[in-house]
Amino acid sequence: MTVTLDEICVVALAEAFRGDGELLCNPMGPVPVIAGRLARATFAPDLMLTDTIAFAIEGNLALGGDPSTAVIEAYMPFRSVFDQAWSGKRHVVMGASQIDQHGNQNFAAIGPYRKPKAQLLGLRGAPGNLINHPTSYWIPNQARAFSATVDVVSAPGYDRIAQLPEASRRHFEIRRVVTDLGAYDFETEDRRMRVRSLHPGVTLEQAQEASAFELAVTGDVEESRLPSDEELRLIREVLDPGGVRKAEFR
Amino acid sequence: MSDKQMTEEEVVGELRSGMTLGIGGWGSRRKPMSLVRAILRSDLSDLDIVSYGGPDVGILCAAGKVRKLTYGFVSLDSIPLEPHFRLTRQAGAIEVSELDEGAFYLGLMAAAHRVPFYPTRAGLGTAMMSENPDLKTVKSPYDDDEELVAVPAFRMDAVILHMNRADAAGNGQFLGPDLYFDDLFAMAGDKTFMSAEQVVPTEQFLSEGSVHTLRIPRTHVDGVIQAPGGAHFTECPPDYQRDEAFQSEYAATARDPEAWEQFRRDWLELESHDDYVEKLKERSQK
Repeated sequence: MTVTLDEICVVALAEAFRGDGELLCNPMGPVPVIAGRLARATFAPDLMLTDTIAFAIEGNLALGGDPSTAVIEAYMPFRSVFDQAWSGKRHVVMGASQIDQHGNQNFAAIGPYRKPKAQLLGLRGAPGNLINHPTSYWIPNQARAFSATVDVVSAPGYDRIAQLPEASRRHFEIRRVVTDLGAYDFETEDRRMRVRSLHPGVTLEQAQEASAFELAVTGDVEESRLPSDEELRLIREVLDPGGVRKAEFR
Repeated sequence: MSDKQMTEEEVVGELRSGMTLGIGGWGSRRKPMSLVRAILRSDLSDLDIVSYGGPDVGILCAAGKVRKLTYGFVSLDSIPLEPHFRLTRQAGAIEVSELDEGAFYLGLMAAAHRVPFYPTRAGLGTAMMSENPDLKTVKSPYDDDEELVAVPAFRMDAVILHMNRADAAGNGQFLGPDLYFDDLFAMAGDKTFMSAEQVVPTEQFLSEGSVHTLRIPRTHVDGVIQAPGGAHFTECPPDYQRDEAFQSEYAATARDPEAWEQFRRDWLELESHDDYVEKLKERSQK
């Protein structure tokens, strides 16, 4: 079987949930949702996942599948999702129109906040997510998003968080940034974005080319791991038989 | 118990220009659209709107009724960003107080509980604080040294919301998957007006949902409006799903001022909610 980029990305993002134990995994968008469901179906069985309406559900629901067929294990209306976030038992995957080397993220607006050139999603739940529990990012087009600075800070990065009292920043963590080129973390002393792995065929030069800031590198850069046969079967036949994930790569 | 039933027009008669008006529901879900349209038809202006915004906010912005907007987001759900709201923001046409979605919940709760603020970490280090002069931080009075955002109470002159069922006395019942924050909205308003798909005898409530669905007590409701289809085109399950075709038509009007004027005349300025329902029936038979 030929492995495709979308499947590499799903697995790289699923890896962000490894070791999370028993918490609410709240991915948004097709690739993150498949990644969360794949992680639970394989190496992170204790994750709790929602149907994106108001229930936490068991089983391997296919993308676009009928959630009414799934077993409901908990009631999770929006109010409970906020309570869950503030309690810390949550790991969310968000997108980013812009992200800088410290992890400052923008999906709120392009241009000046008061009169933006382009209004995007707005701050949404980004400020509360980052400061309360682990957060990862899924960025299907790295070259477009990796920016020297962000126009509006909808979610804070490590430099801004460092200015807060220790008690206010203790729950902050950007776990992983996964793009079409590689996977990144912030595991350097100065908390800058570091290359964790590059997808097969991607060189460090290409990754750097697709970034407006300098990517940190420590030691040898690994290649993102390939999906196992079982992971491929789950992605292709169970979690996304319609291939919805591929639309993000066009 | 008093009978609190009234019409959309009578609700508008209770409102004033410049008021702070809260709108229940969430995005394009269970929004009190018959009341929003009645406000659009009126000469009310300069409203301060507080909402988890959907087409309620988009429509009132496009009609120039809004002075200031306090919000957690403005979305049509299946269309992630409300297109009329987008235009209004890009024109810099209104004052905004944008909060993290969860922090917004605390502003409602503070108003409901009559305290000046609730604390949260959400917002620290982001544009929510740097761009919003309304928001201040507090230092924990305990020995943890924590700095927190003090989300101020969103006290509102009036609130409108839509429920699946109500009784004439003002008790409300939601039958869909999520109450959203409508109980807090009801408590946070000096006057609260609740429309409902059906006004039913109180003893009928439990034939449709468990006691857990009876979440709006009449102590917080001043007026009840029977409005079958009152949330259209937003969703109001189990009574009806979102009218996606209609929503798409609405969204497309943001690309063309003439289309917006036409849509406004055709659908938003009909004389009554009954006329709107009648016209929808004709549309579905076509």
